[in-house]
Amino acid sequence: MTYIKPKFRHPELPKNKIGYAKADYEGAISTLCGGCGHDSISGAIVQACYELSIEPHKLAKLSGIGCSSKTPTYFLSNSHGFNAVHGRMPSIATGANMANRNLIYLGVSGDGDSASIGMGQFVHAIRRNVNMVYIVMNNGCYGLTKGQNSATADIGSLSKGGSENRYPAIDLIGMALELGATFVGRSFSGDKTQLVPLIKAAMSHPGFALLDVVSPCVTFNNKPESTKSYDYVRAHLEATATIDFVPEKEEITVDYPEGRSAHVELHDGSVIHLSKLAPNWNPTDRYSAVNRLLESKMKGEVLTGLLYIDPNSQEMHELENTVSQPLNTLREKELCPGSKALETINASFR
Amino acid sequence: MKPTNIQDPEYFHKVVDCQYACPAHTPVPEYIRLIAAERYTEAYMVNWESNVFPGILGRTCDRPCEPACRRGRIEEEPVAICRLKRVAADNKEEVRHLMPSVPEKKNGKKIALIGGGPASLTVARDLAPLGYEIHLFDEWNKGGGMMRTQIPAFRLPESVLDEEVDYILDMGIHTHFNTYVESMKEVLEKDYDAIFVGTGAPKGRDLNLPGREAADANIHIGIEWLASVAFGHTTKIGKKVIILGGGNTAMDCCRTSRRLGGDDVKVIVRSPFKDMKASPWEIEDAQREDIPILNNMPPKEFVVENGKLKGIVFGKVAAIYDENGKRSLIPTGEPDVFIEADDVIIAIGQDNAFPWIERDLGIKFGKWDLPVVDKTTFQSTLDRVFFGGDAAFGPENVITAVAHGHQAAISVDLFCRGESVYNRPAPYTNLVSQKMGIHEWSYDSPVVVDKRYLVPHAEKQVALADRKVEVELGFDQPTGFKEAQRCLNCDVQTVFNTSRCIECDACMDICPTSCITFTANGEEGDLRTRLLAPANNTEQDLYVSENLPTGRVMVKDEDVCLHCGLCAERCPTAAWDMQKYLYQVTKATPIWNISEQSTI
Ligand SMILES: Cc1cc2nc3c(=O)[nH]c(=O)nc-3n(C[C@H](O)[C@H](O)[C@H](O)COP(=O)(O)OP(=O)(O)OC[C@H]3O[C@@H](n4cnc5c(N)ncnc54)[C@H](O)[C@@H]3O)c2cc1C
Ligand SMILES: Cc1ncc(C[n+]2csc(CCOP(=O)(O)OP(=O)(O)O)c2C)c(N)n1
Ligand code: SF4
Ligand code: SF4
Ligand code: SF4
Ligand SMILES: [Mg+2]
Repeated sequence: MTYIKPKFRHPELPKNKIGYAKADYEGAISTLCGGCGHDSISGAIVQACYELSIEPHKLAKLSGIGCSSKTPTYFLSNSHGFNAVHGRMPSIATGANMANRNLIYLGVSGDGDSASIGMGQFVHAIRRNVNMVYIVMNNGCYGLTKGQNSATADIGSLSKGGSENRYPAIDLIGMALELGATFVGRSFSGDKTQLVPLIKAAMSHPGFALLDVVSPCVTFNNKPESTKSYDYVRAHLEATATIDFVPEKEEITVDYPEGRSAHVELHDGSVIHLSKLAPNWNPTDRYSAVNRLLESKMKGEVLTGLLYIDPNSQEMHELENTVSQPLNTLREKELCPGSKALETINASFR
Repeated sequence: MKPTNIQDPEYFHKVVDCQYACPAHTPVPEYIRLIAAERYTEAYMVNWESNVFPGILGRTCDRPCEPACRRGRIEEEPVAICRLKRVAADNKEEVRHLMPSVPEKKNGKKIALIGGGPASLTVARDLAPLGYEIHLFDEWNKGGGMMRTQIPAFRLPESVLDEEVDYILDMGIHTHFNTYVESMKEVLEKDYDAIFVGTGAPKGRDLNLPGREAADANIHIGIEWLASVAFGHTTKIGKKVIILGGGNTAMDCCRTSRRLGGDDVKVIVRSPFKDMKASPWEIEDAQREDIPILNNMPPKEFVVENGKLKGIVFGKVAAIYDENGKRSLIPTGEPDVFIEADDVIIAIGQDNAFPWIERDLGIKFGKWDLPVVDKTTFQSTLDRVFFGGDAAFGPENVITAVAHGHQAAISVDLFCRGESVYNRPAPYTNLVSQKMGIHEWSYDSPVVVDKRYLVPHAEKQVALADRKVEVELGFDQPTGFKEAQRCLNCDVQTVFNTSRCIECDACMDICPTSCITFTANGEEGDLRTRLLAPANNTEQDLYVSENLPTGRVMVKDEDVCLHCGLCAERCPTAAWDMQKYLYQVTKATPIWNISEQSTI
């Protein structure tokens, strides 16, 4: 029996700015199937949080139901967590965020959890621009319940049993762009060089940041004829650009190759650097993103990378004009300022 | 980098750090697992096959394996490999019937072994089963060489020594004890087909300072004095004793003095404490017996009064290191120190001495009067004369003597059969999957966090009262089991099959010590900078796959792999597998085939 993760770590593991090693961002040993794309995404989340020097207790991970929604157990053991019922994570996230705006919210969901049962919740979280990262671990099936086609399975894609999917797929990316999402990206679990900077950028974005990550289900949806399989995705991968995330105050040390490139500066001073930009695409132009996405779809490509970012994003708290102090820390003194204050307020309406 | 050639028997051999470091390449993890399974007899035989003296070495080995042990790179202390060896020896059952038999009918070849130490005894064991008629000569009355004359009984009980020496002598060896060989010329004139010289480095260095001769009665040469104690000729020493020297011989001399009446025994070294040559555990044992070690004090003069030794005058120095790290000892200017002594033991090193080998026989001698010996074949410049052990390249230790003995035996056998001595046999290797089922391996893959267990000692008063009382008591079986579980099973190799890998990253993500990276290939120096975790230990190899479909390669830094099997566990396509690698140095004759008889 080996299913115990040894306590030892590499003795020379470097520490990040706040003194934590990558191991400090790990979780329990995964019980997912070996080779599941979801585990790689967990690995990318650990890497991103380590690199961003996030204080684990300042992050809350939220999820619904599914293999994907189980993953928060397997990363960030020292962070807060809430495992909601199927498809209800967006509401929990919205409420938690309303109550305490000081945490970083990391939502993890599946294609079933978001595109079927949780669709109603998902769209409203986008609409409200809840300040959170929302990762969909998209395997085109219901992994946890043994691989039924999900709403993101492409038409014509073959399931494990060999049957063909007859229904058109819901493209969460297209939908999010349509709904006014302020940060939209797609990636592939098998490409950490792209996924890690995307997660870091998403975490630094003020507002709803959707990452649709194609994540093969090795057990139920990994036939080469499935459009969510390792082989298929690798063969059809296309990127909007090569992405690099440079946190605030860090010098840009990479030599970017010749060709079209762009910088997007975020509110906190960090910079998303994009190089080898796809033609006719501008990361801050929603219209060009929608076009680029459609174009890829017609060609049968799996378009990945950052698709759209609104650098002027206004998240829910700004839209609601809430106080800067987390609501859950407001005490009687602030909430009931007394009759004098009431009089002043009333007077203002006279 | 080029894809790693795992067909090269040395690649996985090197991953088994302890076995690789052991001069005789004892399959350490194999016997440790057998101990954990309470299969002590087989554990003993695995040892006996490779190092010939498990009970002796389990108490006295210099332990080159332990500083090499992977565990020491992962936490503070290595596995107590040496003490586990003793657990096997202490708990085994009858083993004689498992040892190779010696044919009644001899093969007609006659071999002389000069010296009865571990080197000669190893040659004897490896050749006797082949039917050689073997004659062993030693100046003492029993076999064992310095294991008997030098290593004190409180570290190595005579019964243990006798038992393991007798396993060999009982193989029909013709012993000629109490026989000092005076002339090599005479030996060559007899009808030996080959001669092996295993006479050790028998000359202790002296220290010629003023007063040396006048005080001769109370000044002793370390190794001569220890031999005299071992044979019961010396039974007493003065109350105040000074030992000069900081090696293992000095440690044995001071501890022996404590048992022969010395109650104020000091070890005094001329250089800094940290530069002492003695093994750390021997220094510890001496200190535990209330023996202070004074450093940076070179002796200047033996003080004699009325024809009797009074003590030694010491200078005071400090060690200064130049930019190349070369040390010089500079007097500090402090006044000299006089330290009283009834007896002084000089333990400042040993030399080889071959007064009995005439220099006109075709046996060439080189630097420091050492014979010219081939490092692989142990052949001298006279083709039928071979050297091994301390006699070949200067003083080392028992396990090195054994390793030499194995190789010399192969050479002697090749030579006697008229074959080239360079025709060395390849090692025996075997690589077998350990998979038993889902989440199930045939070895205990979970990695325990236990710290190295301490071995119990005999009570100090009891031990100091009798030089024959063994100090270390060895692990009991339960402690032996727990210590055995600390072993990481480095011989269970992570074997990667490129064609099966789907690059899902599962192994990379799960690996607790971040050994595995998928990245673009490059030169080794460059690759080492691009791995998931620092790969600064260049002594340890990088395992590189062929090109994968994405154009990347799998690179595994062997340095701190825990052999936990999680990479193989998580791999959906079994591209990784845990396979046990057995590496056995081929002996002149098969002694015990581990893979057939004891596999675990
Ligand atoms: C004090 C001391 C403590 C040591 N402790 C350890 C230890 O704890 N662990 C360890 O691994 N090593 C130890 N060693 C080293 C170890 O004993 C030797 O390295 C090892 O015994 C060498 O083996 P060998 O077979 O080469 O020769 P030896 O063991 O030296 O045997 C050679 C034999 O040949 C005999 N001989 C020599 N010339 C002739 C001749 N012309 N005719 C007949 N006989 C002859 C010698 O008397 C001797 O008996 C110690 C050494 C000393 C001095
Ligand atoms: C209310 C409710 N309905 C149905 C289920 C059964 N169920 C569990 S997981 C799941 C689908 C999960 O699919 P997805 O979100 O894609 O996760 P995956 O396992 O593929 O990662 C369903 C339908 C449930 N747990 N709760
Ligand atoms: S069933 Fe599929 S999605 Fe679930 S753990 Fe296994 S591979 Fe991953
Ligand atoms: S952990 Fe075990 S196999 Fe590995 S080097 Fe140490 S003793 Fe040898
Ligand atoms: S056996 Fe595999 S998972 Fe375990 S430490 Fe070694 S490479 Fe890593
Ligand atoms: Mg799914």
